[in-house]
Amino acid sequence: MFDYEFMRQAFVASTFIAITAGLVGVFVVSRNMSFLSHTLSEIGFAGASFGILIGISPLAGMIIFTLISSIAVGSLSSESSRREASISAISSLFIGLGILFLSLSSESSSYATNILFGSIVGISSKEVQQLLILAIFVIFIFIIFYKPLAFDSFDHIGAQAAGLKTRLLSITFLVTLALSVSIGAQIVGSLLVFVLLTLPGATAKYLVHTLPKLIMVSVGLSLAGVWLGLYLAFVTNWPVTFFISAFEVIAYFCGLSYKNWKLNH
Amino acid sequence: MIEAKNLTKKFGNQLVFQDLNFQINQGEFVSLIGPNGSGKTTLIKILMGLEKKTSGTLDFNKKETIGYVPQFRNIDLDYPLSIEQFIRLNLKFTPSFTKRKSNNQKICDILEKTGLTSLKDRPLGLSSGGEKQKAYLAQALLNDPQILILDESTASLDVEVKMQLMDLVAELSHKYHLTVIFITHDYELTKKYTQRVLLFQNKTIKNVNLNNISENMFGKEQ
Repeated sequence: MFDYEFMRQAFVASTFIAITAGLVGVFVVSRNMSFLSHTLSEIGFAGASFGILIGISPLAGMIIFTLISSIAVGSLSSESSRREASISAISSLFIGLGILFLSLSSESSSYATNILFGSIVGISSKEVQQLLILAIFVIFIFIIFYKPLAFDSFDHIGAQAAGLKTRLLSITFLVTLALSVSIGAQIVGSLLVFVLLTLPGATAKYLVHTLPKLIMVSVGLSLAGVWLGLYLAFVTNWPVTFFISAFEVIAYFCGLSYKNWKLNH
Repeated sequence: MIEAKNLTKKFGNQLVFQDLNFQINQGEFVSLIGPNGSGKTTLIKILMGLEKKTSGTLDFNKKETIGYVPQFRNIDLDYPLSIEQFIRLNLKFTPSFTKRKSNNQKICDILEKTGLTSLKDRPLGLSSGGEKQKAYLAQALLNDPQILILDESTASLDVEVKMQLMDLVAELSHKYHLTVIFITHDYELTKKYTQRVLLFQNKTIKNVNLNNISENMFGKEQ
Protein backbone atom coordinates (compact mmCIF):
# COMPACT_ATOMS: atom_id res chain seq x y z
CA MET A 1 0.00 0.00 0.00
CA PHE A 2 3.03 2.28 0.39
CA ASP A 3 3.40 2.41 -3.38
CA TYR A 4 0.77 5.12 -3.31
CA GLU A 5 1.84 8.64 -2.41
CA PHE A 6 -1.46 9.41 -0.61
CA MET A 7 -1.07 6.32 1.59
CA ARG A 8 2.46 7.32 2.59
CA GLN A 9 1.19 10.82 3.46
CA ALA A 10 -1.75 9.39 5.41
CA PHE A 11 0.53 6.98 7.26
CA VAL A 12 2.97 9.69 8.38
CA ALA A 13 0.14 12.05 9.36
CA SER A 14 -1.74 9.30 11.25
CA THR A 15 1.36 8.29 13.17
CA PHE A 16 1.87 11.80 14.51
CA ILE A 17 -1.86 12.24 15.14
CA ALA A 18 -1.90 9.00 17.15
CA ILE A 19 1.15 9.92 19.22
CA THR A 20 -0.30 13.34 20.06
CA ALA A 21 -3.80 12.03 20.78
CA GLY A 22 -2.52 9.12 22.87
CA LEU A 23 -0.36 11.44 24.97
CA VAL A 24 -2.97 14.17 25.42
CA GLY A 25 -5.70 11.54 25.97
CA VAL A 26 -4.16 10.32 29.26
CA PHE A 27 -4.57 13.83 30.62
CA VAL A 28 -8.04 14.36 29.06
CA VAL A 29 -9.26 11.29 30.94
CA SER A 30 -7.58 12.15 34.24
CA ARG A 31 -8.97 15.71 34.09
CA ASN A 32 -12.49 14.36 33.29
CA MET A 33 -12.59 16.35 30.07
CA SER A 34 -13.94 13.68 27.69
CA PHE A 35 -17.12 15.66 27.14
CA LEU A 36 -15.18 18.86 26.50
CA SER A 37 -12.99 17.14 23.91
CA HIS A 38 -16.18 15.99 22.14
CA THR A 39 -17.48 19.56 22.14
CA LEU A 40 -14.18 20.91 20.87
CA SER A 41 -14.36 18.54 17.93
CA GLU A 42 -17.78 19.98 17.03
CA ILE A 43 -16.41 23.48 17.41
CA GLY A 44 -13.59 22.33 15.12
CA PHE A 45 -16.17 21.41 12.49
CA ALA A 46 -17.60 24.94 12.63
CA GLY A 47 -14.04 26.32 12.42
CA ALA A 48 -13.19 24.24 9.37
CA SER A 49 -16.42 25.32 7.64
CA PHE A 50 -15.63 28.93 8.50
CA GLY A 51 -12.14 28.47 7.01
CA ILE A 52 -13.68 27.23 3.76
CA LEU A 53 -16.20 30.10 3.72
CA ILE A 54 -13.61 32.87 4.08
CA GLY A 55 -11.04 31.16 1.89
CA ILE A 56 -8.41 30.06 4.41
CA SER A 57 -7.49 26.41 5.03
CA PRO A 58 -9.96 24.29 7.07
CA LEU A 59 -7.09 23.43 9.46
CA ALA A 60 -6.41 27.13 10.15
CA GLY A 61 -10.14 27.76 10.72
CA MET A 62 -10.27 24.80 13.08
CA ILE A 63 -7.25 25.99 15.08
CA ILE A 64 -8.68 29.51 15.45
CA PHE A 65 -12.10 28.29 16.62
CA THR A 66 -10.88 25.56 18.96
CA LEU A 67 -8.20 27.74 20.54
CA ILE A 68 -10.57 30.62 21.30
CA SER A 69 -13.34 28.37 22.54
CA SER A 70 -11.08 26.13 24.64
CA ILE A 71 -9.87 29.14 26.59
CA ALA A 72 -13.45 30.48 26.88
CA VAL A 73 -14.80 27.09 28.03
CA GLY A 74 -11.90 26.72 30.46
CA SER A 75 -12.85 29.94 32.18
CA LEU A 76 -16.53 28.96 32.51
CA SER A 77 -18.03 28.22 35.91
CA SER A 78 -16.06 25.55 37.72
CA GLU A 79 -19.28 24.06 39.11
CA SER A 80 -19.48 20.84 37.13
CA SER A 81 -23.24 20.62 36.47
CA ARG A 82 -23.39 24.21 35.23
CA ARG A 83 -20.24 23.65 33.22
CA GLU A 84 -21.67 20.55 31.51
CA ALA A 85 -24.87 22.43 30.63
CA SER A 86 -22.91 25.40 29.28
CA ILE A 87 -20.73 23.10 27.17
CA SER A 88 -23.85 21.40 25.73
CA ALA A 89 -25.30 24.78 24.79
CA ILE A 90 -22.05 25.88 23.13
CA SER A 91 -21.78 22.57 21.31
CA SER A 92 -25.27 22.89 19.75
CA LEU A 93 -24.57 26.45 18.66
CA PHE A 94 -21.34 25.49 16.90
CA ILE A 95 -22.83 22.54 15.01
CA GLY A 96 -25.49 24.95 13.76
CA LEU A 97 -22.83 27.50 12.79
CA GLY A 98 -20.81 24.81 10.98
CA ILE A 99 -23.82 23.88 8.87
CA LEU A 100 -24.55 27.57 8.16
CA PHE A 101 -20.96 28.32 7.07
CA LEU A 102 -20.93 25.30 4.78
CA SER A 103 -24.25 26.22 3.15
CA LEU A 104 -23.02 29.79 2.58
CA SER A 105 -19.78 28.59 0.96
CA SER A 106 -19.59 27.27 -2.58
CA GLU A 107 -17.87 24.00 -1.68
CA SER A 108 -19.52 20.67 -2.45
CA SER A 109 -21.06 18.44 0.19
CA SER A 110 -18.18 15.94 -0.14
CA TYR A 111 -15.96 18.57 1.48
CA ALA A 112 -18.31 18.62 4.46
CA THR A 113 -18.23 14.84 4.63
CA ASN A 114 -14.42 14.91 4.71
CA ILE A 115 -14.39 17.38 7.60
CA LEU A 116 -16.99 15.48 9.58
CA PHE A 117 -15.87 11.92 8.99
CA GLY A 118 -12.24 12.24 7.94
CA SER A 119 -10.47 10.97 4.87
CA ILE A 120 -7.18 9.36 3.97
CA VAL A 121 -7.11 10.54 0.40
CA GLY A 122 -7.48 14.24 0.99
CA ILE A 123 -4.15 14.95 2.74
CA SER A 124 -1.53 16.88 0.76
CA SER A 125 2.19 16.93 1.57
CA LYS A 126 1.86 20.55 2.68
CA GLU A 127 -0.88 19.60 5.12
CA VAL A 128 1.25 16.74 6.43
CA GLN A 129 4.04 19.24 7.11
CA GLN A 130 1.62 21.51 8.99
CA LEU A 131 0.39 18.56 11.03
CA LEU A 132 3.93 17.53 11.92
CA ILE A 133 4.84 21.02 13.12
CA LEU A 134 1.68 21.22 15.25
CA ALA A 135 2.17 17.71 16.66
CA ILE A 136 5.79 18.41 17.57
CA PHE A 137 4.70 21.68 19.21
CA VAL A 138 2.11 19.84 21.34
CA ILE A 139 4.63 17.16 22.37
CA PHE A 140 7.19 19.88 23.19
CA ILE A 141 4.69 21.69 25.46
CA PHE A 142 4.00 18.41 27.24
CA ILE A 143 7.69 17.77 27.82
CA ILE A 144 8.16 21.26 29.28
CA PHE A 145 5.09 21.12 31.56
CA TYR A 146 5.12 17.37 32.21
CA LYS A 147 5.64 17.36 36.01
CA PRO A 148 3.27 20.17 37.03
CA LEU A 149 0.66 19.15 34.45
CA ALA A 150 0.73 15.58 35.73
CA PHE A 151 0.34 16.77 39.33
CA ASP A 152 -2.57 19.07 38.44
CA SER A 153 -4.27 16.43 36.26
CA PHE A 154 -4.01 13.50 38.68
CA ASP A 155 -4.40 15.42 41.93
CA HIS A 156 -5.80 18.90 41.39
CA ILE A 157 -6.34 19.58 45.10
CA GLY A 158 -2.82 18.42 45.99
CA ALA A 159 -1.37 20.60 43.22
CA GLN A 160 -3.22 23.64 44.52
CA ALA A 161 -2.01 22.89 48.03
CA ALA A 162 1.57 22.58 46.75
CA GLY A 163 1.27 26.11 45.34
CA LEU A 164 1.24 25.25 41.62
CA LYS A 165 -0.31 27.79 39.26
CA THR A 166 -3.22 25.52 38.40
CA ARG A 167 -5.16 28.08 36.34
CA LEU A 168 -2.20 28.65 34.03
CA LEU A 169 -1.73 24.88 33.75
CA SER A 170 -5.39 24.45 32.89
CA ILE A 171 -5.19 27.00 30.06
CA THR A 172 -1.94 25.45 28.78
CA PHE A 173 -3.63 22.07 28.70
CA LEU A 174 -6.72 23.41 26.92
CA VAL A 175 -4.55 25.02 24.24
CA THR A 176 -2.78 21.69 23.59
CA LEU A 177 -6.16 19.94 23.58
CA ALA A 178 -7.50 22.41 21.00
CA LEU A 179 -4.47 21.82 18.79
CA SER A 180 -4.77 18.05 19.20
CA VAL A 181 -8.43 18.17 18.13
CA SER A 182 -7.48 20.18 15.05
CA ILE A 183 -4.65 17.79 14.18
CA GLY A 184 -6.62 14.60 14.80
CA ALA A 185 -9.69 15.71 12.85
CA GLN A 186 -7.67 15.68 9.63
CA ILE A 187 -7.73 11.88 9.47
CA VAL A 188 -10.56 10.65 11.69
CA GLY A 189 -12.82 13.65 11.11
CA SER A 190 -14.15 16.16 13.59
CA LEU A 191 -17.09 13.97 14.64
CA LEU A 192 -14.90 11.13 15.84
CA VAL A 193 -11.61 12.77 16.82
CA PHE A 194 -12.63 12.48 20.46
CA VAL A 195 -12.44 8.69 20.04
CA LEU A 196 -8.66 8.98 19.78
CA LEU A 197 -8.52 11.63 22.47
CA THR A 198 -10.41 9.66 25.10
CA LEU A 199 -10.62 5.90 24.54
CA PRO A 200 -6.90 4.91 24.46
CA GLY A 201 -6.31 6.95 27.65
CA ALA A 202 -9.41 5.46 29.30
CA THR A 203 -8.36 1.91 28.32
CA ALA A 204 -4.82 2.42 29.62
CA LYS A 205 -6.03 3.27 33.10
CA TYR A 206 -7.59 -0.19 33.43
CA LEU A 207 -4.32 -1.89 32.51
CA VAL A 208 -1.37 -0.07 34.12
CA HIS A 209 -0.72 2.08 37.18
CA THR A 210 2.25 4.35 36.56
CA LEU A 211 2.20 7.56 34.56
CA PRO A 212 4.94 6.59 32.04
CA LYS A 213 3.17 3.27 31.41
CA LEU A 214 -0.22 4.99 31.05
CA ILE A 215 1.27 7.22 28.34
CA MET A 216 3.00 4.32 26.60
CA VAL A 217 -0.11 2.11 26.55
CA SER A 218 -2.34 4.98 25.44
CA VAL A 219 0.01 5.99 22.60
CA GLY A 220 0.43 2.30 21.68
CA LEU A 221 -3.34 1.71 21.45
CA SER A 222 -3.77 4.91 19.52
CA LEU A 223 -1.04 3.92 17.04
CA ALA A 224 -2.40 0.38 16.69
CA GLY A 225 -5.86 1.84 15.97
CA VAL A 226 -4.80 4.24 13.24
CA TRP A 227 -2.32 1.84 11.57
CA LEU A 228 -4.81 -1.02 11.54
CA GLY A 229 -7.54 1.39 10.42
CA LEU A 230 -5.43 2.68 7.52
CA TYR A 231 -4.53 -0.83 6.39
CA LEU A 232 -8.10 -2.14 6.56
CA ALA A 233 -9.48 0.99 4.89
CA PHE A 234 -6.98 0.49 2.06
CA VAL A 235 -7.88 -3.17 1.65
CA THR A 236 -11.66 -2.90 1.95
CA ASN A 237 -12.26 0.66 0.74
CA TRP A 238 -14.43 1.21 3.82
CA PRO A 239 -14.05 4.44 5.85
CA VAL A 240 -10.90 4.57 8.00
CA THR A 241 -12.85 6.17 10.85
CA PHE A 242 -15.05 3.09 11.20
CA PHE A 243 -12.06 0.79 11.74
CA ILE A 244 -10.31 3.16 14.14
CA SER A 245 -13.38 3.69 16.32
CA ALA A 246 -14.27 -0.04 16.24
CA PHE A 247 -10.74 -0.99 17.33
CA GLU A 248 -10.60 1.58 20.14
CA VAL A 249 -14.08 0.67 21.42
CA ILE A 250 -13.22 -3.07 21.45
CA ALA A 251 -9.91 -2.31 23.22
CA TYR A 252 -11.78 -0.20 25.79
CA PHE A 253 -14.27 -2.95 26.66
CA CYS A 254 -11.45 -5.54 26.78
CA GLY A 255 -9.60 -3.25 29.23
CA LEU A 256 -12.72 -2.82 31.36
CA SER A 257 -13.38 -6.59 31.39
CA TYR A 258 -9.72 -7.22 32.33
CA LYS A 259 -10.03 -4.85 35.29
CA ASN A 260 -13.26 -6.47 36.46
CA TRP A 261 -11.73 -9.93 36.08
CA LYS A 262 -8.67 -8.86 38.07
CA LEU A 263 -10.86 -7.42 40.83
CA ASN A 264 -12.67 -10.75 41.21
CA HIS A 265 -9.52 -12.90 41.25
CA MET B 1 6.19 30.22 64.69
CA ILE B 2 2.86 31.26 63.18
CA GLU B 3 1.42 34.52 64.47
CA ALA B 4 -1.87 36.23 63.62
CA LYS B 5 -2.54 39.84 64.61
CA ASN B 6 -5.99 41.37 64.09
CA LEU B 7 -6.53 39.09 61.13
CA THR B 8 -9.85 39.77 59.40
CA LYS B 9 -11.48 38.17 56.36
CA LYS B 10 -14.60 39.24 54.47
CA PHE B 11 -16.12 37.83 51.29
CA GLY B 12 -17.70 40.97 49.82
CA ASN B 13 -19.76 42.37 52.69
CA GLN B 14 -19.96 39.05 54.48
CA LEU B 15 -17.67 38.84 57.48
CA VAL B 16 -16.02 35.43 57.94
CA PHE B 17 -13.95 36.34 61.00
CA GLN B 18 -12.43 39.43 62.55
CA ASP B 19 -9.47 40.38 64.72
CA LEU B 20 -7.99 36.92 65.11
CA ASN B 21 -4.99 36.99 67.44
CA PHE B 22 -3.08 33.79 68.12
CA GLN B 23 0.33 32.14 68.07
CA ILE B 24 1.37 28.62 67.20
CA ASN B 25 4.90 27.64 68.19
CA GLN B 26 7.27 25.43 66.21
CA GLY B 27 6.68 21.76 67.05
CA GLU B 28 3.24 22.34 68.63
CA PHE B 29 0.30 20.03 67.89
CA VAL B 30 -2.77 22.27 67.85
CA SER B 31 -6.42 21.51 67.14
CA LEU B 32 -8.49 24.04 65.24
CA ILE B 33 -12.13 23.50 66.12
CA GLY B 34 -15.50 25.16 65.64
CA PRO B 35 -18.77 24.75 63.74
CA ASN B 36 -18.90 24.23 59.96
CA GLY B 37 -18.68 27.54 58.15
CA SER B 38 -16.91 29.27 61.03
CA GLY B 39 -13.83 30.05 58.92
CA LYS B 40 -11.36 27.25 59.74
CA THR B 41 -10.65 26.32 56.13
CA THR B 42 -10.56 29.99 55.06
CA LEU B 43 -7.91 30.66 57.71
CA ILE B 44 -5.86 27.74 56.41
CA LYS B 45 -6.22 28.97 52.82
CA ILE B 46 -4.90 32.39 53.88
CA LEU B 47 -1.97 30.68 55.62
CA MET B 48 -1.20 28.76 52.43
CA GLY B 49 -1.49 31.82 50.21
CA LEU B 50 -4.57 30.49 48.38
CA GLU B 51 -6.86 33.21 49.74
CA LYS B 52 -6.20 36.89 50.48
CA LYS B 53 -6.78 38.37 53.93
CA THR B 54 -8.88 41.52 54.22
CA SER B 55 -6.78 43.13 56.96
CA GLY B 56 -4.35 42.35 59.79
CA THR B 57 -1.32 40.08 59.56
CA LEU B 58 -0.62 36.37 59.48
CA ASP B 59 3.12 35.77 59.67
CA PHE B 60 5.36 32.77 59.68
CA ASN B 61 8.95 32.17 58.64
CA LYS B 62 8.75 32.13 54.84
CA LYS B 63 11.58 29.59 54.74
CA GLU B 64 9.20 27.13 56.35
CA THR B 65 7.08 25.06 53.99
CA ILE B 66 3.58 23.73 54.52
CA GLY B 67 2.28 20.22 53.88
CA TYR B 68 -1.50 20.07 53.52
CA VAL B 69 -3.76 17.03 53.75
CA PRO B 70 -7.16 18.17 52.41
CA GLN B 71 -10.56 16.95 53.50
CA PHE B 72 -11.75 15.79 50.07
CA ARG B 73 -10.02 14.40 47.02
CA ASN B 74 -11.46 13.10 43.78
CA ILE B 75 -10.08 9.58 43.99
CA ASP B 76 -12.64 7.07 42.69
CA LEU B 77 -12.37 3.30 42.12
CA ASP B 78 -10.97 3.82 38.62
CA TYR B 79 -8.20 6.20 39.73
CA PRO B 80 -5.25 4.66 37.92
CA LEU B 81 -2.07 5.67 39.76
CA SER B 82 -0.43 3.42 42.33
CA ILE B 83 0.21 4.71 45.85
CA GLU B 84 3.88 5.34 45.03
CA GLN B 85 3.05 7.18 41.81
CA PHE B 86 0.50 9.32 43.62
CA ILE B 87 3.08 10.36 46.22
CA ARG B 88 5.64 10.94 43.46
CA LEU B 89 3.41 13.64 41.89
CA ASN B 90 4.68 16.07 44.53
CA LEU B 91 8.34 15.63 43.50
CA LYS B 92 9.90 18.60 41.78
CA PHE B 93 11.28 17.95 38.29
CA THR B 94 15.05 17.71 38.04
CA PRO B 95 17.18 16.84 35.03
CA SER B 96 20.15 16.01 37.31
CA PHE B 97 20.83 12.28 37.68
CA THR B 98 22.14 12.60 41.26
CA LYS B 99 19.10 14.59 42.31
CA ARG B 100 16.83 12.04 40.66
CA LYS B 101 18.57 9.35 42.68
CA SER B 102 18.06 11.31 45.88
CA ASN B 103 14.40 11.83 44.89
CA ASN B 104 13.99 8.06 44.62
CA GLN B 105 15.53 7.74 48.07
CA LYS B 106 13.09 10.36 49.34
CA ILE B 107 10.19 8.26 48.05
CA CYS B 108 11.55 5.12 49.73
CA ASP B 109 12.00 7.00 53.00
CA ILE B 110 8.49 8.47 53.06
CA LEU B 111 6.95 5.10 52.15
CA GLU B 112 8.79 3.56 55.06
CA LYS B 113 7.94 6.35 57.51
CA THR B 114 4.24 6.04 56.71
CA GLY B 115 4.21 2.24 56.61
CA LEU B 116 3.27 2.09 52.93
CA THR B 117 6.30 0.25 51.51
CA SER B 118 4.50 -3.05 51.01
CA LEU B 119 1.48 -1.29 49.47
CA LYS B 120 3.34 1.02 47.10
CA ASP B 121 2.23 -0.70 43.88
CA ARG B 122 -1.45 -0.93 44.84
CA PRO B 123 -3.75 1.35 42.77
CA LEU B 124 -4.79 4.21 45.06
CA GLY B 125 -8.40 3.93 43.83
CA LEU B 126 -8.61 0.39 45.18
CA SER B 127 -7.02 1.19 48.54
CA SER B 128 -8.92 1.43 51.83
CA GLY B 129 -9.84 4.77 53.42
CA GLY B 130 -6.97 4.49 55.90
CA GLU B 131 -4.41 3.63 53.22
CA LYS B 132 -5.59 6.57 51.13
CA GLN B 133 -5.21 8.96 54.07
CA LYS B 134 -1.70 7.62 54.71
CA ALA B 135 -0.86 8.18 51.02
CA TYR B 136 -2.18 11.77 51.24
CA LEU B 137 -0.11 12.28 54.38
CA ALA B 138 3.00 10.82 52.71
CA GLN B 139 2.56 13.10 49.69
CA ALA B 140 2.16 16.15 51.96
CA LEU B 141 5.30 15.22 53.92
CA LEU B 142 7.42 14.40 50.87
CA ASN B 143 9.25 17.71 50.68
CA ASP B 144 9.99 17.86 54.43
CA PRO B 145 7.58 20.65 55.44
CA GLN B 146 7.93 22.30 58.85
CA ILE B 147 4.16 22.80 59.16
CA LEU B 148 1.58 20.05 58.57
CA ILE B 149 -2.12 20.85 58.21
CA LEU B 150 -4.69 18.06 58.52
CA ASP B 151 -8.07 19.28 57.28
CA GLU B 152 -10.61 16.87 58.82
CA SER B 153 -8.47 14.03 57.49
CA THR B 154 -9.89 11.50 59.91
CA ALA B 155 -13.56 12.33 59.27
CA SER B 156 -14.49 9.29 57.19
CA LEU B 157 -12.38 6.67 59.00
CA ASP B 158 -13.40 4.12 61.60
CA VAL B 159 -12.09 4.51 65.13
CA GLU B 160 -9.20 2.06 64.89
CA VAL B 161 -7.88 3.50 61.63
CA LYS B 162 -8.26 7.06 62.99
CA MET B 163 -6.09 6.14 65.95
CA GLN B 164 -3.46 4.50 63.74
CA LEU B 165 -3.24 7.57 61.52
CA MET B 166 -3.06 9.97 64.46
CA ASP B 167 -0.43 7.80 66.20
CA LEU B 168 1.64 8.09 63.04
CA VAL B 169 1.17 11.89 62.83
CA ALA B 170 2.04 12.28 66.52
CA GLU B 171 5.15 10.14 66.12
CA LEU B 172 6.35 12.08 63.06
CA SER B 173 5.56 15.41 64.70
CA HIS B 174 7.61 14.46 67.76
CA LYS B 175 10.51 12.99 65.78
CA TYR B 176 10.87 15.86 63.27
CA HIS B 177 9.68 18.75 65.45
CA LEU B 178 6.80 19.28 63.05
CA THR B 179 4.11 21.88 63.75
CA VAL B 180 0.71 20.23 63.28
CA ILE B 181 -2.58 22.09 62.81
CA PHE B 182 -5.40 19.59 63.08
CA ILE B 183 -8.83 20.81 61.90
CA THR B 184 -11.37 18.49 63.44
CA HIS B 185 -14.82 17.87 64.91
CA ASP B 186 -13.51 14.93 66.94
CA TYR B 187 -13.50 15.50 70.70
CA GLU B 188 -11.72 12.24 71.58
CA LEU B 189 -8.87 12.71 69.11
CA THR B 190 -8.35 16.29 70.24
CA LYS B 191 -8.19 15.21 73.89
CA LYS B 192 -5.80 12.40 73.15
CA TYR B 193 -3.36 13.90 70.67
CA THR B 194 -3.24 17.68 70.75
CA GLN B 195 -1.54 20.05 73.15
CA ARG B 196 -3.78 23.06 72.72
CA VAL B 197 -7.06 24.08 71.12
CA LEU B 198 -7.93 27.12 69.03
CA LEU B 199 -11.71 27.51 69.03
CA PHE B 200 -13.61 29.49 66.39
CA GLN B 201 -16.58 31.15 68.07
CA ASN B 202 -18.63 34.24 67.22
CA LYS B 203 -16.42 35.19 64.25
CA THR B 204 -13.26 35.16 66.30
CA ILE B 205 -10.78 32.70 67.77
CA LYS B 206 -10.16 31.72 71.39
CA ASN B 207 -7.29 29.88 73.02
CA VAL B 208 -8.76 27.07 75.06
CA ASN B 209 -6.87 24.96 77.55
CA LEU B 210 -7.20 21.24 76.86
CA ASN B 211 -8.69 20.71 80.34
CA ASN B 212 -11.50 23.14 79.60
CA ILE B 213 -12.76 21.74 76.30
CA SER B 214 -16.22 20.18 76.09
CA GLU B 215 -17.96 18.15 73.39
CA ASN B 216 -20.41 20.93 72.53
CA MET B 217 -17.50 23.07 71.28
CA PHE B 218 -17.15 20.62 68.37
CA GLY B 219 -20.64 21.37 66.94
CA LYS B 220 -21.00 20.59 63.25
CA GLU B 221 -23.62 23.17 62.31
CA GLN B 222 -23.51 26.85 62.98
